[in-house]
Formats: sequence, C-alpha cells, structure tokens
Amino acid sequence: MAPKTMFEKIWDAHVVREEEGKPSLLYVDLHLVHEVTSPQAFDGLRLNNRRIRRLDKTVAVADHNVPTNDRDKPLTDEVSKAQLEAMQRNADEFGLEYHDMFSEKQGIVHVIGPEQGRTQPGMIIVCGDSHTATHGAVGAMAFGIGTSEVEHVLATQCIWQAKPKTMEIRVDGTLGFGVTPKDVILAVIGKIGTSGGIGHAIEYTGSVFREMSMEGRMTVCNMSIEAGARTGMVAPDETTFAYLKGREYAPKGEDWDAAVERWAALRTDPDATFDTVVTLDAADIQPQVTWGTNPAQVLPVGGRVPKPDEFESSQEQGAVEKALAYMGLNGGERIQDIAVDTVFIGSCTNSRIEDLRAAAAVAKGKQKADSVRALVVPGSWAVKQQAEEEGLDQVFTEAGFEWRDAGCSMCLAMNPDRLAPGERSASTSNRNFEGRQGPGGRTHLVSPPMAAAAAIAGHFVDVRELN
Amino acid sequence: MDAFTKHTGKVVPYDMPNVDTDQIIPARFLKKIDRVGFGELLFYELRYEEDGSPKPGFILNQPQYAGGTVLVSGPQFGIGSSREHAPWAIQQYGFRVVIAPSFGDIFRNNCYQNGLLPVMLDAAEVDTIIARAQEIQGYELTVDLEAQQVTDGHGLAASFDIDPFRKENLVRGLDDIGLTLQNEAAIDAFESTHS
Repeated sequence: MAPKTMFEKIWDAHVVREEEGKPSLLYVDLHLVHEVTSPQAFDGLRLNNRRIRRLDKTVAVADHNVPTNDRDKPLTDEVSKAQLEAMQRNADEFGLEYHDMFSEKQGIVHVIGPEQGRTQPGMIIVCGDSHTATHGAVGAMAFGIGTSEVEHVLATQCIWQAKPKTMEIRVDGTLGFGVTPKDVILAVIGKIGTSGGIGHAIEYTGSVFREMSMEGRMTVCNMSIEAGARTGMVAPDETTFAYLKGREYAPKGEDWDAAVERWAALRTDPDATFDTVVTLDAADIQPQVTWGTNPAQVLPVGGRVPKPDEFESSQEQGAVEKALAYMGLNGGERIQDIAVDTVFIGSCTNSRIEDLRAAAAVAKGKQKADSVRALVVPGSWAVKQQAEEEGLDQVFTEAGFEWRDAGCSMCLAMNPDRLAPGERSASTSNRNFEGRQGPGGRTHLVSPPMAAAAAIAGHFVDVRELN
Repeated sequence: MDAFTKHTGKVVPYDMPNVDTDQIIPARFLKKIDRVGFGELLFYELRYEEDGSPKPGFILNQPQYAGGTVLVSGPQFGIGSSREHAPWAIQQYGFRVVIAPSFGDIFRNNCYQNGLLPVMLDAAEVDTIIARAQEIQGYELTVDLEAQQVTDGHGLAASFDIDPFRKENLVRGLDDIGLTLQNEAAIDAFESTHS
C-alpha cells in the first residue's frame, strides 16, 4: 500500500462518495454549533421540512455573545439576547443538546470539545467557525464552514470537500525560556504569510510539537487559518492519549484500548510525502508581538516596527503605511516602547488552564499598571473552576486583573467586552484585523505570559527579562 | 439559489490586499438571525463615519462606482473568519462577481453556496482591470461562467479555472443539500459500516 500522510488516512476513511475531478462527499463525526453562525441554517431546515440527521453527533453551545460578568442580570444587548434566545428555540425545536451560559458544560466551542473528550483522533470535525482547526491538535481533521454548510451538515451529516494539498510544518530543536506555543505559531505565520497555507491541510511535525502539551498543540492548530489553512493537525501520541483518557465522552474500558490502537495507526507513514514542506529552527523563535493589522505582521519582542520603505513592492508599502496609520505607530519605533491600554487574556487560542497558569506566574505578587485594564476570561466553566481550585483567580485579582466568566469575549467584541476607538490592547487572541476588538481598536497579539507582563509594565516587555 | 451563467456589469476597483471578513462585515453585525439586510452594512467601518454618514473617500461612496456589480480587489480577499455574512453582504449590496488574485478558502466556499461567483485571475490581469476601472468612466466587465472567461471590450480576455462541480451547481442554481440527499443510500451504507 502506498504510504499516506495522517491527513490522507483520515480523509480516505470518511469518503461516502467520490468521483474523479469533483469534490468528495465526506462523513462528519462531530458537528459543533454555536449561536452566531447557525440561526439561518435552522431557518433553512425549517423551510424545507428537514430534521437534524444525527443528533448524537451534534452539540450546541453559547459562546460568542455571552456576557462574561453579571450573568444573573438581564442581558443589556437586546440583539445578543435575541440571538441567544433563537439558539435556545432552535435547540428545543430540533431536540439538540445545547449548553447555555448557565450550563457547567458551557465554554468556547473549541475549548469544550477537547476538554469533554468529544474531540477524538481520526475524526472529521466541523463547526461554523474558522478556528475549528483547534481540534486538529488531537490528530483530527477539523475545519471551519459557513452557514449554508452548517445547514448541509445538520441535514446530511456530510460535507462536500475538494481535497486540499498537504503541507508539513516542521519545527525541530528546543524552545528557549519564555517562548510559548503562541510564539511558535506566530513565527510560522510570520514566515509563510496569511496566504502560505491557502488550499493546504497542515501537519505540524518535529520535536517541538512532539514535546508540546496538548493545550499547546491546540494553540498552534487554532491559528492554522491565520496562515490561510482551513485545517492543521498534530499526530496523536502518548501525550494525546494521556490527555483524553477518562474524559467524559472518551471511550472507556475495552473500547479505550481498541481506540488507542486505532489512533496510534493514524500517524503519517515514514515514506509519505507532503506537497509543501516548511521548516523552522526552534532556537530562532523569540517571544512575538504583532505590530500591524494581520497576524503575519509580526516581530520578535526585541524588534522595531518596520518602515514602509523596508518593503519592495508599492502594494506592500501601501499596505504597511495603511497598517501603521491604523495602529497609530511610526516606522522605526521599538516594540517595547509601545504602551497598552487593555490586556485581554482569553479566546479559543489561549484560555485554557496552562495559559492561565503561565499568565498567573508572571502576575503573581505584582500589580498591573494604573493605566491598564486587564481582563482574564477563562475558556470554559471547567477551566474557570480548575483555576479557582488552584487559586489563580486570587493571583489575578490581587494583581488588579478582572476575573470573568467563560466566553469569546474581547477576541471579537460581540459581547460588551470591547476596545474603545483608538484604544490599544495586548491580546492573547488570534486576529489583529482592523476593528476586530471593537471599532477603531488596535490589537497586538501575544502569548499569555507576554500579555500579563505588558499589563504590569504598561507597555510591551520581554518576558524573559522579568524576575 | 440564483443560477449564474453570464454577467455584464460595472467594475468597482478596491485596490487592497488582505481584505479580511472582519472588514467586509464587522462581528457586531453578525447578531442578526435572518439572512437579509447585510448590503448596507458591507465594509461598514471603512464606508461610514461614526455618525453614520458616508466617508467620501471610500470606493463605495464615490458616485462613479455607484451601481457596480463586479468587485475587484487584491490578493487574499476574504481571509479570516468563516462568517457567511461576508458573501451575503457583498451580494446584497448588488455584486454578482468578486475578482481577486487569491481568496480565503472558507470565503470562496461560502460564495459558491450563494451564487456569488469568485473569480481568480493572475495578479497582472487584476492590476490591468483595476487600472482601467480607475481610468475609464463606467468601465464594465463581462464574466462568462460557461466559457470561464472575463472580457472588457478593450482587449482584455482572461480565462479562469473553476471546479467543475461548483460550476455545474452555479450554472444550474442547484442547492447542495438536495444534491447530497440523492446520495442518501450511500450515507446510510457508510453509517451502517461505521458505528
């Protein structure tokens, strides 16, 4: 048999129908639904008198709109309220498992999937959200879809897909002190750009990912879309199995042993080849800070904001000028001289327990700068509870950070957490696009420890130089 | 879904790389639970002042481009979020075609689902179209999906690739779900062999 990549093995195991030169019809093992990209899909089902084909493979959660404080009070945003009510109505009408903001299983859709053991190796997982690749960290093919496709999967449990090319992103070596998975993926995006992965399925390989925790792998896979790739994955190994074992929806007993055997066979065959290979040396990766308005506009923390004339084409120069103007920055200024107004620790990229521990380790016994507002938004109820058991909430509140309830929050500002026009953030989220965290808001993407360090100093600092 | 075969219309040249879906439609407008009313929200932050009045400099507010139906832009158009509200906003504004050197994958899929045609042309061809649209008053393109060709009556004849499956569905205005349900026996068979 011809050697296959992990991606090809997962793909081949899910083909319901294929025809030369056309997209394949693939079977979906897990469909995650949230309140923002689903209402029009449920309308479509209703209009055509269709049902959800597999309720047992579908789960819905409220995350994008939910407030992260004062949940006992009525929602102040009437439109958000209407959207959450629509989600509840649709779940009731179609008989769908749904976790509203008062459920102990509530959290950001990409945090609760792995945390509850629903996300498993070898699966095809879809969600109406571009950060679905997060679930690829366990060795699954997970990708974001649009609302019409949400409707399609609800009705058929299948999806049409044109087979992407394969890309290996290999990072060997050992990460330096203070360098996190977030810095690795930002460095990757900085290298290949926002379009480097378009049309590709990424597999992250090399010693850095083998040695990385599951949560770190989730951070990396999460941002595959920022490099243009809809899906990114890491081969399942002992780290994966240890993470999943005993989780609520993970297989148990004999089923577990059989599953592990099956999962271990998913890894890319030694002689398999990728269409594209990108390599980075771990030793070259420094803590990263984005300076512009897309995630590829990123630099090591010791760097200076670029000047437009450092770029070759007039189109690039124009794009840099536009980004600098939006960000209120001058070319040549030191990253570490940039003062921040708000620090956001959260999002499907960096809101898991390890992220909170890493941020708390920096904040412990210190005080945030007076000029800074700092928010910590755990990724799920379960993360919040774990953090509180460890006393992390105390560490944050004593340092002057706000401790909130779980949700997407300031990553995309659909709830009341947002930047004011011109306000500048250090954010552990995934997108620094114009207006992403609120109209006119200016976002710099960083790791959780770098965000906590910026909150304390009031400007960016190299986390490696702190005591 | 409306069928798409051939379209002739005025070009709106938005000469910008990396137009992400947050720019196309900001997240706070994704709270609507129906599919309509997104046209006036297209490019909201770029298009309107804080008081809601139009920003005179923005391309959609320039009178010479009013009534445009072919949006032409730079590489990596539609990167970022999976929000289908982005193609809805573009389509509901009145566009039938978006032309760029490259597209975000999810955005491109979402266009196909709605009968909005994404056309990938070489960067040089896109540059030519943008330059002509900026120079020639009322500059129009004809986009012929069946012939897979873009022409402008000024000598441009650019061909483009499209997945034959997507093309057929667009030309016939087919709904994917109806098509898939024709394969229900195959789905049943898959489910019975994969517990």
